[in-house]
Amino acid sequence: SAPCPQWPYCRQRCSYCNFNKYVVPVVDEAAVRACLVREARTLLRLSQVQRWVLGGILGGSGPFGACPQPPHPLPYSITSVFFGGGTPSLASPRTIAAVLEAAVGTAHLPAGAEVTLEANPSSAGSSRLAGFRAAGVNRLSIGVQSLDDAELRLLGREHTAAEAWGAVEAARGLFPGRTSIDLLFGLPGQSCGAWARGLEVALGLCDDHVSLYQLTLERGTALAGKVWGGALPTPPQDLLADMYQTARAMLVAAGFRHYEVSNFARKGALSTHNLSYWRAEQYIGVGPGAHGRFVPRGEGGCSREARVQALEPDAWMREVQSRGHGTRRRVVLSPLEQLEEVLALGLRTDEGITHERWGHFSPHLSLEAAFGAPGEAEALQQQGWLVLDGG
Amino acid sequence: MALAGRTAVWWARLRSPCPAAAPLCLPPWLPAGPAACQRLYSSRGKEKIDMSTYPVENIRNFSIIAHVDHGKSTLADRLLEITGTIAKTDRNKQVLDKLQVERERGITVKAQSASLFYSHEGVNYLLNLIDTPGHVDFSYEVSRSLSACQGVILVVDANEGIQAQTVANFYLAFEAQLAIIPVINKIDLKNADPERVEKQIEKLFDIPIDECVRISAKQGTNVEKVLQKVIEKIPPPHCSTTDPLKALVFDSTFDHYRGVIANIALFGGEIQKGHKIVSAHTEKRYEVSEVGILTPNEQPTHKLYAGQVGYLIAGMKEVTEAQIGDTLFLYKHPVEPLPGFKSAKPMVFAGMYPVDQTEYNNLRSALERLTLNDSSVTVHRDSSLALGAGWRLGFLGLLHMEVFNQRLEQEYNMSVILTAPTVPYKAILSSAKLIKEYGKAEITIINPAQFPDKLSVSEYLEPTVLGTIVTPHDYIGKIITLCQERRAVQKDMLYIDEHRVMLKYLFPLNEIVVDFYDALKSLSSGYASFDYEDAGYQAADLIKMDILLNGNPVEELATIIHNDKAYATGKFLCERLKDAIPRQLFEIAIQAAIGKKIIARETLKAYRKNVVAKCYGGDITRRMKLLKRQAEGKKLMRKIGNVEVPRDAFIRVLKRQTDK
Repeated sequence: SAPCPQWPYCRQRCSYCNFNKYVVPVVDEAAVRACLVREARTLLRLSQVQRWVLGGILGGSGPFGACPQPPHPLPYSITSVFFGGGTPSLASPRTIAAVLEAAVGTAHLPAGAEVTLEANPSSAGSSRLAGFRAAGVNRLSIGVQSLDDAELRLLGREHTAAEAWGAVEAARGLFPGRTSIDLLFGLPGQSCGAWARGLEVALGLCDDHVSLYQLTLERGTALAGKVWGGALPTPPQDLLADMYQTARAMLVAAGFRHYEVSNFARKGALSTHNLSYWRAEQYIGVGPGAHGRFVPRGEGGCSREARVQALEPDAWMREVQSRGHGTRRRVVLSPLEQLEEVLALGLRTDEGITHERWGHFSPHLSLEAAFGAPGEAEALQQQGWLVLDGG
Repeated sequence: MALAGRTAVWWARLRSPCPAAAPLCLPPWLPAGPAACQRLYSSRGKEKIDMSTYPVENIRNFSIIAHVDHGKSTLADRLLEITGTIAKTDRNKQVLDKLQVERERGITVKAQSASLFYSHEGVNYLLNLIDTPGHVDFSYEVSRSLSACQGVILVVDANEGIQAQTVANFYLAFEAQLAIIPVINKIDLKNADPERVEKQIEKLFDIPIDECVRISAKQGTNVEKVLQKVIEKIPPPHCSTTDPLKALVFDSTFDHYRGVIANIALFGGEIQKGHKIVSAHTEKRYEVSEVGILTPNEQPTHKLYAGQVGYLIAGMKEVTEAQIGDTLFLYKHPVEPLPGFKSAKPMVFAGMYPVDQTEYNNLRSALERLTLNDSSVTVHRDSSLALGAGWRLGFLGLLHMEVFNQRLEQEYNMSVILTAPTVPYKAILSSAKLIKEYGKAEITIINPAQFPDKLSVSEYLEPTVLGTIVTPHDYIGKIITLCQERRAVQKDMLYIDEHRVMLKYLFPLNEIVVDFYDALKSLSSGYASFDYEDAGYQAADLIKMDILLNGNPVEELATIIHNDKAYATGKFLCERLKDAIPRQLFEIAIQAAIGKKIIARETLKAYRKNVVAKCYGGDITRRMKLLKRQAEGKKLMRKIGNVEVPRDAFIRVLKRQTDK
């Protein structure tokens, strides 16, 4: 399984972000750390899965991922860990280390398991990054977003293009081949040409993994307010689609595999952790607002549950302190809901949904039986939107 | 048939069936005439007026006719005040602008009657004021009201002068051979120019200048003189109490407690409680339970006599039993029925659908209640694949449609989808087979689906109207261009004074039903007025135009149009659809076609959807919800071939555009 610890704090609010994050003057890091450790232990015991991903708190999400492992004295094995946020790079390496130690003490974390930390260029100086590496982090995902200062200001980012450049270079030195960058496109007023030029510059900087996100205007954000209020232009649908196609062509030409709608990797540098989401594997969310999907075998459960931790950090901490975890919502997913998730997520990847994985969730109805019959799925196949190949 | 305007609503309130509420909305009545000691507002169980004291020669039956806003209702209020029928209070003004409908459009008033008692040169007169609707759509009702009259007061605004409705109303009265008293109102206004208006009246209506009465209904100036003119100029009705009973039903209303209340004008004899009467139309027999006059609320009397106007209650349960235009006579004393009226023919049809199908039953009952008092609306059940179950309603005209719709909204709180109006076309069949099938050679086509193929038709016909436009001459050029665009043929053009022109055009009705009035108003800065009357059918080069989505016809968007308008209409519809249909996974061709010939096309490009938004760490619940909502939305779409069309798109294309 894949734990995803969330660090919910940020230094400032980006103009486009509606994630669950908190900008507070002082964080009682020791208390947060203790709670993360405690919740990670509790949930890891509860899940008891053999393959899992732990993702979580330090401001983020991410699974502690689990892969098939050779037999081991500890019954459970973690395939990957993802520290998401918030801005988990604001946490101290000590906190990261403590969570990882807790994971190792509760389950098996193989030596080569992917441990990713989301980082902002402004909190990713060489020495900090070295500290994270020493704590056990072996992959970095840097929120570059843009390499244009005007665009960064529009997005309300804390860093400049030069700082981003420096942070990525430092990260590549410490995590060679395991540094990913995030880029945003579809900014109000951005032209396709400007986006292509920006991407060209980013290609000269990046390592072997790039995530491309189209800017989504979310209700309640400053940027959406400006666009909907008419102060900034709404990017037209066709332009956005052209930007995406342009980027895809450029990245593929640069040797990247388009392995998921938003993700590109070369030299096999796919994100193990994120793949576990798209393959509908189990993951455990740790920290305020973290989401998880797992079977709570530790309490005798046998159904996959969707779980959400308390959103607000103080409330979450109180709950962890009193109950050992801050799970606010647990919903048992019906077989149909699980299959819907398998489909919706699997179809985001270039590998699609394998017959094996489908069979795992749907032992009695094969892919052919579900989608080979005349109907909407058949029409989609005829139009080339869907491919159903032999098992 | 109740199209309430200001007066109607107010009067309706006066005769509210709810006794507890009634006193609250009643103005204090002044005792008047011979009924001085009676409480006139009471309609039941009080002492009754003896109507025999008003012989035929002391009776005058008249209407007030006017263009919208020229002051008809204000004058009526003053007449009621002067004769003591209502109290003189400021409230009589406030009631005027009651309805939103009225403020927004020229208003329609249900024909109302009020009996006034007035003493002139020592003689007590009974003056029956029969109010008429003020709009073109209801010219049918105007003529109905006029049939009970011997004269009219023609009110013209001293500032605006003769307007289109003034002309139309004048001719209705003129053709009915009624005495006409021209009254120039609003002489108190700063820009009043009564001399000019008098000249217009002389020129257009051939009425000598010295016959015009200049008044200010608002201030009451010269209103007495109008009453004197009514007595002098309008002849008493020609009839006798010694003749057998002959009563014309010229209106009817429905009261939930007392059943049908028929407004009648007596052309002979007398009538009283207990009389057995027969309807010439239905041959049904009734016993009269109450007669009386309207003051303007119902005031029971012992009897009504020849020449008088009043109401009758006789146990009729449905408005259809009191057929307007019907003649009533005494049982076993049949008379030659009065000419009656042609039933009002709907000129404009529109589909009406509940916004939400779960509202269907509520809307049905609201429609039933509203049509109870407005029998001129025809109602046929209809259903549309896109809009669900609904009705096809026939209206007398556009304003009628609007008023009806607004009353549904205001009085019944129903929100409906009203489709763009269409007109009834006709076809003369040439195919023997079809003639046999229909049982006749001439058929009326309301639904485009019934449009017969050209090969089996010798001629298509479209309804026309004779339109009257009165405008300051500055706008003539633009108006002529507008009329030509609407395929209208000029019939007449006359300068009614140095600055104003009256134009007469023969219009195909379908060219004016949608937005002509608005276009005219906007290009003349609101100065031109318009009115029209039915002018029969004319041959027309009609075609049926289909709308295709990726080659598949969309039944609910088929339309019948004139060949000359096919291209423009087709293009317009395709453009509207392009904006209304959401983009889909594939390209969609939106085409307008006549038979197999494509005359317009728009292309809706394939959808290009954002799937690359960042997914918040493991939070796929939200994304699944979005997908679910999309899937729910698809269920509501109507599938035409492989194209999914949301109901909303149909609404946007079919709905009447009021904001244009």
